[in-house]
Amino acid sequence: MVNIGLDVASMNEPAVNISSVPNTKLEVSDLTISYGNTPALSNVNFSVEEHEIFGIIGPANAGKTSFLKSLNRMDTFDSNMTVNGQILFNGLNIQNLKNIYALRSRIGVVFPLPVGLPLTIYENVALSPRLRGIKKRSELDVIVEQCLTRAALWDEVKDRLNSLGSLLSGGQQQRLTIARALSQAPDLLMLDEFSIAVDPVTTMRIEDVLKELKKDMTIILVTNLVQQARRLADRTAFFLEGECVEVGVTEELFTGEVNDQRTRDYIEGKFG
Amino acid sequence: MFAESSLNVRNKRIQNLFRILFMMMTILLIIPVIIILGTLIAKGGSIISFDFLFTDPTNGMTAGGIFPALLGTIWIVAVALLASVPLGIAAAIYLNEYAGDNWFTRIIQLAIINLAGVPSIVHALFGVGAFVIFFGFGTSILAASLTLAIMTLPVVIVSTRESLRAVPQAFREACWNMGATRWQTIRRVVLPNAVSGILTGIILEVSRTTGETAPIMFTGAAFFLPFLPQSVFDQTMALSLHLFVVATQVPGVPDNLPFGVALVLIAMVLLMNSISIAFRMYLRGKKKW
Repeated sequence: MVNIGLDVASMNEPAVNISSVPNTKLEVSDLTISYGNTPALSNVNFSVEEHEIFGIIGPANAGKTSFLKSLNRMDTFDSNMTVNGQILFNGLNIQNLKNIYALRSRIGVVFPLPVGLPLTIYENVALSPRLRGIKKRSELDVIVEQCLTRAALWDEVKDRLNSLGSLLSGGQQQRLTIARALSQAPDLLMLDEFSIAVDPVTTMRIEDVLKELKKDMTIILVTNLVQQARRLADRTAFFLEGECVEVGVTEELFTGEVNDQRTRDYIEGKFG
Repeated sequence: MFAESSLNVRNKRIQNLFRILFMMMTILLIIPVIIILGTLIAKGGSIISFDFLFTDPTNGMTAGGIFPALLGTIWIVAVALLASVPLGIAAAIYLNEYAGDNWFTRIIQLAIINLAGVPSIVHALFGVGAFVIFFGFGTSILAASLTLAIMTLPVVIVSTRESLRAVPQAFREACWNMGATRWQTIRRVVLPNAVSGILTGIILEVSRTTGETAPIMFTGAAFFLPFLPQSVFDQTMALSLHLFVVATQVPGVPDNLPFGVALVLIAMVLLMNSISIAFRMYLRGKKKW
């Protein structure tokens, strides 16, 4: 494997795009994650296609969040965390990347509880463009409006962009973090149980937003609501206790076409 | 149903007892402050005037003002700050934001705690050896200030570190996830939210530096000087040492003079503290989470 430094241009470069043949956005092989001597996830093998919503379901401690952390190389901030195996992102092995900042800037992340940075609504969304070196107020204005609109928040906050993000309600804050993730102009959007602190109406609004976003990016949706995966995900993986039990087309999994009895039990609510 | 049982009555009585006990302890704390300030104002207030603050001492320091000492204290404190604040903040940022938890940082940690525990007279002797003699600064403002800076470094480091630690880790992770480097994260999110705590630490350092006597009396502060310092390589008079001198070393000083000097010294410290409190309240009003 050649050691390639990654730059934004190379990540943007579209492979030959034949609409009928989906491009592979992410290819995970033999992925094993452990914290110290405790394994968190072992032998994960699957790929995620471009413009797909890929659902990951499973109970607590299944390794879902660890999986997301390995994708944007957050293991570099946790000396205890070891990642083995191969992850190809746009065909590039992310373990060998020199510029992991460019990688992270291409991956938007939404956490279970909204993390509104201690900045104004405007600055929350403008931060990532600023980090990329965009300084012009007019350009930033456009990006901020665009991202807030796409996150279905613009109408509610357009008159108070300069008030603090943390003063918004929980559901609005979660949409703000989605807008912030979108401001990265990501290739891949990862959502980790985004609806945990959000009311059902807002959840539905965000779900509609995600269906819309799918046209422009790939989405990995970790959720502990199996019905949410059914509503949104094209394909779904079932994680259980550090094992990727099954990956399949969502509708097939939910109509009983499963290879593993544990998947059926979980989907039917018999445990977890 | 809600009638008071004897147990309720007893609990209530005990609760009141403790409340009053703790309140009295708190009041006890204020008493020394009131007595000190009251005495100083009563005995030294009469001497305070524009001339006292802005003229030289005369008649072998038994009359006249305290201007050289006042100015000297400002010099010493300012130079000490210039040395210790950047160093302390940089060290705290390194320890809290960059360094992992390993034997190396633990040793540094231990060194900082021990540095805080070293008596000021030991710092004074270190200052003489290191700055006055080894670096060849002579007895000067620079040597005195650097000695004070080393002495107060732990205050700056610990308070800066505490305020950095108070910024939730989730903010950093959210930034890192966006592709921000550690430094971008520190500059854009961590530091702006730690500023009030850092300033508090600095002002604490100022008040402590203002009052210290031992570390400067061998390294740069003079008993009496007929001229004002022109650069950091000059000696200077200082308020704290001047107080010691007029209170114990010079015969024939009128009673209200030492009290006046003490009053000015304490007023400087209180002024600093009030500025810090006001500033902190202002920043806390702007606190963002």
